[in-house]
Amino acid sequence: MESWFRLLFLERVSLRAVKLTLFIPLFAFGISGCAATKNLFGFGEEETPPPAEIPEGQVIEPEVERREIREPEIDSEDFEIGAFAGIMSIEDFGSDLVYGVRLAYHVTEGFFVEGSVGQSEGGLTSFEILSGGAQLLSVSERTLTYYNLNVGYNVLPGEGFVGEGRAFNTALYISAGLGSTSFAGDNRFTVNFGAGYRFLLNDSIALHVDFRDHLFDIDLLGEEKTAHNLEGTLGVTWFF
Amino acid sequence: MSERNTTTILLTSRSIKALLIVVLAVLMSQSPNTAIAQVAGEYKTVTVADPYLEMHTGPGRGYPVFHVVDRDDSIEIIMRRTDWFQVRAPDGSEGWVDRAQMERTLQTTGSEIVFAEANQEDFTNSRWELGVLAGDFGGSNIISLYGGYSINPNVSVEVWGSQILGNFSNGWMGSVNLTHEVWPDWRVSPFFTLGTGVIHTEPKSTIIQGEDRTDQVAHAGAGFRVYASRRFILRAEYKSYVVFTSRDDNEEVEEWKVGFAFFF
Repeated sequence: MESWFRLLFLERVSLRAVKLTLFIPLFAFGISGCAATKNLFGFGEEETPPPAEIPEGQVIEPEVERREIREPEIDSEDFEIGAFAGIMSIEDFGSDLVYGVRLAYHVTEGFFVEGSVGQSEGGLTSFEILSGGAQLLSVSERTLTYYNLNVGYNVLPGEGFVGEGRAFNTALYISAGLGSTSFAGDNRFTVNFGAGYRFLLNDSIALHVDFRDHLFDIDLLGEEKTAHNLEGTLGVTWFF
Repeated sequence: MSERNTTTILLTSRSIKALLIVVLAVLMSQSPNTAIAQVAGEYKTVTVADPYLEMHTGPGRGYPVFHVVDRDDSIEIIMRRTDWFQVRAPDGSEGWVDRAQMERTLQTTGSEIVFAEANQEDFTNSRWELGVLAGDFGGSNIISLYGGYSINPNVSVEVWGSQILGNFSNGWMGSVNLTHEVWPDWRVSPFFTLGTGVIHTEPKSTIIQGEDRTDQVAHAGAGFRVYASRRFILRAEYKSYVVFTSRDDNEEVEEWKVGFAFFF
């Protein structure tokens, strides 16, 4: 924290740079404001125009009080939040429990964007088991934590029938995206893709089955390679 | 002002969690409708003006029509999901109606109802924006999340958080910048940007015996915001960074990024 302070306030060279970087945007802002001096901030209250003259022949000005429905009064439930748990196979490090949280925003009936964070634990490599005592990683380095930001599409929306009288809305979806994985002492740029099945128990609660491959480069065992880390999870989400 | 920082994996995972919490908080506060409680029985009521209104079993085009409401009947709007409205018919059955049909219903006053779809005008005048970009930062991968607030249609303030993932070092960058759009009403709207921030780099221990550094950065750049559809924006940008290192010479880094954003 101290170094921040010093960076921003004490170091003279930086101070000049800060002043410069602050001045230029302010200047740019000033210029853009000139075009609309009357209403600098654009969003403020506009000057009220003079009242329109009542056209000839119209005796009574209609005064209908309307009870308009404004959109925000309708509860819109486009966000989906939830938790998931399952098995993740970390290449060379065995399979272990994975768990995490997921947040999605449904842009259209087809497209959605989602972000997830998950955590798993790497086991022993076969090298470590066969060599007896050699440890490639410390305990804390074996913890795998990832986050990703994905774009998804509901490929096959439909209905699932349970028995004769019950129908549930479902969707088979695919999604892919970017993120970072913290594992083996490093943050690794990670690409992921996968597919899942969403089963809506009612209009707000959904069950998920999701299969995903997380790809990142790792050079821990000699040469650099792209590791495929497969993950299968079950999840519950709530629309809000 | 280089400082030795004993950053561990644990700390990094903690910061990832912190980032997520911030993202969740931002997204939740942006959902404009959750704050308004829908008390049971107080749903908005509209009257069908078309010869009939089709109710689907789910919020999507493919779901079958299972119920029809006749003209002049009243329906209650329960909720909205993307462009579909869940409604309750007079006989109590509930189903989903698309936006186009909902537009052709009447309010209790007899006036037509408007369920506005976000359009290009909103793209120009919207105040809040949230987006994700990824690309190349001086040979490393970079993933960025940003939030923007428009002071007026031309000028907006943006706050960025980025993670840099390279072959030789990793790091974080936080920055604040002003963007200026010259023609905000264009569908493909070019912008210029200037800003400042802080970059933190951690050399990879297996390759270089370096120390963690936190340096100040300043940047200038240009790019395009493209209105895609609804609330979607595509964005591509180039930024040139100057890193004010504690050594004698400053570093210059070039950054290219593409991504998408939403406006609210």
